Amino acid sequence: MSATPVSAPIEPERSGNVGDVRTGGWLIRITIIVIVLLWSIPTLGVLITSFRAEEFVNTSGWWTALAKPFEAAQWTIENYRVAIEGQEFGSAFMNSLAMAIPATVIPITIAAFAAYAFSWMEFRGRYVMFVTVVGLLVVPLQMALIPILKLFTQGIMLGDYIIVPDLDLNQSFVGIWLAHTGFGLPLAVYLLRNYIGSLPSSIIESARIDGADHFTIFWRLIIPLSIPALAAFAIFQFMWVWNDLLVAYVFLGGAGKNIVLTVALRNLVGSTGENWQILTAAAFISMSLPLIVFFSLQRYFVRGLTAGAVKG
Amino acid sequence: MERTDERTTGPEPADPGDGAPATERTSASPLRIASVIIGAVVAVALFLVAFDYLRDPNANRATVVGLAIVVGVGGVFLLFWMMNRVVDLLSERLRERVRPYVFVGPALVLLAVFLVYPVFNTIFISFENGNSTEFVGLDNYKFVFTDVNMLRSIRNTAGWLILVPLAAVSIGLAFATMADKLRRGEAVAKSLIFLPMAISFAGASITWQLIYSYRSQGFGSNIGLLNGIMLGLGQDPVKWLELQPWNNLFLMVIMVWMQTGFAMVVLSAAIKAIPDEIIEAARIDGASELQVFWRIMVPTIVPTIVVVTTYMVINAMKVFDIVFVQPANAENNGTVVMAERMLRWFFQLNHNGRGAAVAVVLFVAVIPVMIWNMRRFREQEAIR
Repeated sequence: MSATPVSAPIEPERSGNVGDVRTGGWLIRITIIVIVLLWSIPTLGVLITSFRAEEFVNTSGWWTALAKPFEAAQWTIENYRVAIEGQEFGSAFMNSLAMAIPATVIPITIAAFAAYAFSWMEFRGRYVMFVTVVGLLVVPLQMALIPILKLFTQGIMLGDYIIVPDLDLNQSFVGIWLAHTGFGLPLAVYLLRNYIGSLPSSIIESARIDGADHFTIFWRLIIPLSIPALAAFAIFQFMWVWNDLLVAYVFLGGAGKNIVLTVALRNLVGSTGENWQILTAAAFISMSLPLIVFFSLQRYFVRGLTAGAVKG
Repeated sequence: MERTDERTTGPEPADPGDGAPATERTSASPLRIASVIIGAVVAVALFLVAFDYLRDPNANRATVVGLAIVVGVGGVFLLFWMMNRVVDLLSERLRERVRPYVFVGPALVLLAVFLVYPVFNTIFISFENGNSTEFVGLDNYKFVFTDVNMLRSIRNTAGWLILVPLAAVSIGLAFATMADKLRRGEAVAKSLIFLPMAISFAGASITWQLIYSYRSQGFGSNIGLLNGIMLGLGQDPVKWLELQPWNNLFLMVIMVWMQTGFAMVVLSAAIKAIPDEIIEAARIDGASELQVFWRIMVPTIVPTIVVVTTYMVINAMKVFDIVFVQPANAENNGTVVMAERMLRWFFQLNHNGRGAAVAVVLFVAVIPVMIWNMRRFREQEAIR
């Protein structure tokens, strides 16, 4: 660790200031380690508890397992088996996928088209529309649930196609996609306009001169160039939709075949009470996919999210 | 739902340009027009079939997932593609005038339905009684500003609004600055701080029970870390979540824990975007690291700090889950917040008027933040 003189020549650019930094170097390293440890404690607790046998979970704190990690009797993967088999966790996982993937792609597509129009097309009301869209960022989503729910049920009764009286929205994936799309759009438009608007105008102009229409420019040019911003928002929206309990609970229902992971998790809290080992295993399953998504796309995350803001 | 959507957005591009006659005036061949129409009909028919299948509770899960992804993802692209083809049929003069509205149309329609309409609807409901049958004037607002729990929730929400963004942004900024100086391990350290972002509020409440949990004497051993520490120090275990007024702080810690990663990642990007020469120049001029931080880094990344802080303030204002899912009773413990009150009145106490009034107050409170951001946007637009 203290090999600063050795590593200094490897990074000649920074070596100029190492002299001043070095005195604080240890302090910085220790502070970072302390913060990282503090931040990891709760997650570590979940991880450890999820692999411990029930009798150990209830009689000793999870941190005691750290003191005697080689006592094999306390470790088990039984909790994961119980969590997956009980409460239709497997089907809830699939439902979460069926909800989250379209609920991520639809708002991105719609927002990207809108962001392109706001950035590179001339039309009346452009500024007012954009400002309104961004202003909607602050509408608390809870405020929208009741009116939307009413609208959904009335809309279905007024429609002239298949009317089934007991057909409420807790069965409709399409309904929840649209709801999540509506709620996610302000942030999506805001972020994507920041990014798409900061692309060099020369590219678009030269494509125009070559006779490309807006649709072609958008599809062939803007989309590939905006991958970082699209990926950043995709991570964001996916994690939000995947982890959301409220919207899923209201629109897909709290029971039945279409429940998603968070709802299943909540039901698990209700039905198993203080079964910490099962709850933590379930919690870990539910956070596994967002983590995979984040770590596989994270190199885009920062670039895409901050394009406009950093430049600002 | 897809159908209604298509219907509402479909005719829109034609509206401003008086669509029907324009179609006839174009040079488009009948074959093209026919292909567009047939394409639209087939697409709608496919949607109907898929739509019914998605609602079938006995359908195979894997098929539903696959179909949902194809319909959801393919459908939205098809929608734009079809609308764009329709616009191509218009006369040359109208085409480019209508096209922007095709691009922004779906976004505007969805926002109108899912956010604008609810806002007006809620304002309306807030002047009505519990089951929205009678007009009651300002009664609900009087309740919001006189009820003991409401007043406490307003105070608590103010606390959340100030403390959570302050803590998350400061820690995030400090961490980003320090991690930037690390020779190795920066990515690992940042990932670990970001990790809690991936946890749902439901998951987080379980997670933090492992820290705050309390069991009284004779009801099993204490498995919460904090009480483990208390016992280790020879103290009595404490009911952390019932310890007024500090329990509010303990709940805020959960949110700070979840959100600091976001602030850190974004601020870190801003710091890395500062040109090295500026910082090097300051150092050569003899500025200390602290001076470099306060006089150069912070002023340079103020725009990013504003964006991140705004995002945090809005999130803190909307927070309800953390309070809502705690096993301890929010009213008795004095941990009520406004968004939680709103939901409680809407869904559990079934008084729409009061719930709506809280929502409106919350919304009005955000307007200054909104105006501030609009100004910033206008300035940014001027620079561009």
